[in-house]
Amino acid sequence: MRKLKHSILLFLTLMIFWILFTSLDVQELTIGAIASIIIVLMTIGLKPVLSAIKLNPKSILFSIIYLFVFLKELIKSNIDVAFRVISPKLPINPGIVKVKTKLKSPLGRAFLANSITLTPGTLTVEMRDEYFYIHWIDVTSENIEGATKSIVSNFEKYLEVIFG
Amino acid sequence: MANIIYNTAAIITLVSIGIAFIRMIIGPTVADRAVALDVMTINAISLIVFIAYYSNRIIYLDIAMVYALISFVGVVAIARYLERGI
Amino acid sequence: MELFGAIITLIGSLFLLLGALGIFRMPDVYNRMQAGTKATTLGTIFFLFGISIGHLECGCFGKIVVLILFVMFTNPVSSNALARAAHFTGIKLTDRTKKDDLEKDNIKNKGEEK
Repeated sequence: MRKLKHSILLFLTLMIFWILFTSLDVQELTIGAIASIIIVLMTIGLKPVLSAIKLNPKSILFSIIYLFVFLKELIKSNIDVAFRVISPKLPINPGIVKVKTKLKSPLGRAFLANSITLTPGTLTVEMRDEYFYIHWIDVTSENIEGATKSIVSNFEKYLEVIFG
Repeated sequence: MANIIYNTAAIITLVSIGIAFIRMIIGPTVADRAVALDVMTINAISLIVFIAYYSNRIIYLDIAMVYALISFVGVVAIARYLERGI
Repeated sequence: MELFGAIITLIGSLFLLLGALGIFRMPDVYNRMQAGTKATTLGTIFFLFGISIGHLECGCFGKIVVLILFVMFTNPVSSNALARAAHFTGIKLTDRTKKDDLEKDNIKNKGEEK
């Protein structure tokens, strides 16, 4: 069952990228569908990673909200980094902190790590089980709970609904 | 008017490639150089897309895509080499 | 529309310049990665988006979207791999660093193995 869900989602993703590459022409669509089916059959022995995605109306709504939250954080982080780079004294206060995540699925953790890297002043250095080690350009709280609250929980509440 | 702004943007991107190149030369460790190379490649991708539109050859967009792919694999290979050798 | 796209492209190129300046000015490799990853990702997104909405008539918006998605997903992954490798090879953090939990945990794990 999980394999089937993974295969269908992989096929749909491949087809969407194929349509973005080419145009909506019958011949090209046929070739793309054949190639996608071959790729799905070739990778059927691998781990069904994509089956962690939940497909109900709430999770689809949350993924759209998540996209906007993410874009807002991305622009905020860039303005933040820009100020730090331009100001002559380089106001940095760096350190590596440890945070804990509640997400279980590998895909959800990968998304969380990428989102952390692209948001204000944080960079994922290492993932060990449920702990992330994060390089923080401006350390404001030294213990695990405080760091988790200010770095992770903003995204986690959306990703928890989407990936479970 | 729009063309002048586009050209200015391309020149600024070129200057930033130069700045990253200086870091690549003086960077004290291998990781510094790899980061500088990463930034240079991403700027170069932007420039390739600019050239594709400037000279009206849309096929160059595919080159930008392949270049992005190769640079990603290259940086990951450097990271893996640093971690445990080839 | 073309002017609007040109201005977005200019903003993107300014972010790219900031990323390169950050690479040049920051004191150690992790801080350089911070500036390098974030600023160049948003800069590339703006640059490509601006160029494509300035030239809508060629109908290759899809390829630009694929390129933007690709850069957005791979850029953090590659910088994460590099940061991990840099920490593994023992590159020192700058003197202004407050704390290093990863180093502390590595030392603790070695103590338990003995």
